[in-house]
Amino acid sequence: MKILVCISNVPDTTTKVTFTNNNSEFNTAGVQYILNPYDEIALARAIELTEGGKGTTTVINVGLADTEPTVRKALAIGADDAIRINAAPKDSYSVAKQIAEVAKAGSYDMILCGRESIDYNGAQVAAMLGEMLDIPSVSIIKKLDTDGTTATIEREIEGGKEVITTPLPFIEGVAEPKIPNMRGIMSARTKPLQVVEPVAAEPMAVYGNYEMPAPRGNVKMISADEPAKLIEALHTEAKVI
Amino acid sequence: MSVLVYVENIEGKFKKSTFEVVSYAKEVANKLGTDLTAISIGQVDAAALAELGKFGAGKVLNVNNDQLKSFVNQAYASIIADTAKSIGAKIVILGNTFTGKGLAPRVAVKLDAGLADGVLELPQIDGGKLSVKKGAFSGKAFATVTLTSDIKVITVNANSYKVVENGSAAPVEDFQPQASDSDFRTIVKEIVRATDKISLPDAELVVSAGRGLKGPENWGMIEDLANLLGAATACSKPVSDAGWRPHSEHVGQTGIAVSPNLYIAIGISGAIQHLAGVSSSKVIVVINKDPEAPFFKVADYGIVGDLFEIVPELEKLV
Ligand SMILES: Cc1cc2nc3c(=O)[nH]c(=O)nc-3n(C[C@H](O)[C@H](O)[C@H](O)COP(=O)(O)OP(=O)(O)OC[C@H]3O[C@@H](n4cnc5c(N)ncnc54)[C@H](O)[C@@H]3O)c2cc1C
Ligand SMILES: Nc1ncnc2c1ncn2[C@@H]1O[C@H](COP(=O)(O)O)[C@@H](O)[C@H]1O
Repeated sequence: MKILVCISNVPDTTTKVTFTNNNSEFNTAGVQYILNPYDEIALARAIELTEGGKGTTTVINVGLADTEPTVRKALAIGADDAIRINAAPKDSYSVAKQIAEVAKAGSYDMILCGRESIDYNGAQVAAMLGEMLDIPSVSIIKKLDTDGTTATIEREIEGGKEVITTPLPFIEGVAEPKIPNMRGIMSARTKPLQVVEPVAAEPMAVYGNYEMPAPRGNVKMISADEPAKLIEALHTEAKVI
Repeated sequence: MSVLVYVENIEGKFKKSTFEVVSYAKEVANKLGTDLTAISIGQVDAAALAELGKFGAGKVLNVNNDQLKSFVNQAYASIIADTAKSIGAKIVILGNTFTGKGLAPRVAVKLDAGLADGVLELPQIDGGKLSVKKGAFSGKAFATVTLTSDIKVITVNANSYKVVENGSAAPVEDFQPQASDSDFRTIVKEIVRATDKISLPDAELVVSAGRGLKGPENWGMIEDLANLLGAATACSKPVSDAGWRPHSEHVGQTGIAVSPNLYIAIGISGAIQHLAGVSSSKVIVVINKDPEAPFFKVADYGIVGDLFEIVPELEKLV
């Protein structure tokens, strides 16, 4: 079984987000980048499915050379090899287009993505890839098992879950919350990391004009002895109940 | 030129978020000076379909056959994209729901369209350009996305646009588009839904609790308070990691992002990853025994004290 896991390089979850150039660009100064937490979940599942000689897990990233520490991190966690497509990610469409080119050539049995990237929160790449490759895509999955020809998947739906089957190959966005173990740290430096040049792909969406959320008014503190005041405020002042 | 809106049903029923999306789409159609067509896929009764006219649909296309009873991502995407082409839709609008997230990217690729997901406001339309505001960096900021493609796809976040009712019943047309066999490769085996619970992603009121609750045995009082208010329940990540609550209730950067009118946080410290999923709530109430808990900094109302005393008191009052 050959699994491809798409990984993105995102600002650390504790980053204080600021913008430059008249709020048209994210300010990367001093920002620590990490492997997207959802992709780490997808990667952990891929490794479980392929380790011990059952197959191979390849990670792929669309990014410039500065994303290599994140790619190496994925190798340290246990991916067998890595591909970096040497292009700055502009939008989900152009990222999916790049990955689709490589995926077509690689005949993978499944392609896993994270549920979403935590910077632009698009949850777009997985289903776009599915369409570009003309294979099924399943969004927001909680559980994944496979017998090698068919996958059985639990997908999150409004107020519950759905169990579906799909033939291989397919694509999905994984959200099953599970913290992976770190493995293979020593060998990460010697594992293959192939750099491929991008194909032409124009972005379809342009991001700009960033804003910070309006600050909330000062918190109104209510004494623990007077909870009735809270209920009254919610009724008459905030008018939310 | 027209606007197409996909109206999602859940077990044959439309929910409030669907009416929000139709109201939103109607306003977009008004901006373009064109009309709004709705497309429904699956089994929904005729009266409910006609009622969509009240929220602005000028016409409702009803696609229903046995194969399409349950949601098949690829087939639904093909039908929506083909319909958009056949009516010459320039803008296709869906809800940013679990279903919409699976559909919209496929529809966008089929139509060579740019996609703006999880939008929060009406778009600015300027010639062929459409700009619209969405959340970015997991709730820490907003961005304006600009789409310049000929056709554009938008998904609208729940609770971000109000339902507007000022139309009358719309004509419903049965419609049989062609989907190919290869669109039906995924098969739904089973659907498990807790129908008695208010679903978290689009809940208007949310009661959420964290590690301060000490253990799963204390969740009864959280559920009681939620029931009394008609609220959904939620929790912090460590709570679901420990198995005290199901993962589907975990909110935050790695869980569900919610934007209810009221979010009550009980025994949750307010870590930045938790705030990422709740900061767009309209009103935030924090109950915590630690006056220094970071959550108070983003709260509208706060009570410093022991939740085991305060929550039962609140239950008596609502
Ligand atoms: C990559 C990453 C992603 C993450 N994603 C998420 C996420 O999506 N969602 C999320 O929630 N967390 C997430 N976290 C974890 C997050 O950093 C915090 O650890 C977590 O939110 C803390 O949960 P908590 O507030 O329930 O627990 P704690 O931080 O332990 O807080 C418990 C609170 O309860 C209060 N308390 C205790 N007893 C009482 C009492 N009797 N009465 C009143 N108050 C009381 C305490 O004062 C304290 O403030 C993530 C972390 C990382 C590293
Ligand atoms: N630059 C990238 N390189 C590789 N994979 C990516 C990239 N950006 C996003 N992805 C994958 O697509 C998923 C969804 O991303 P998004 O659509 O941006 O929310 C992520 O969790 C990754 O698995």
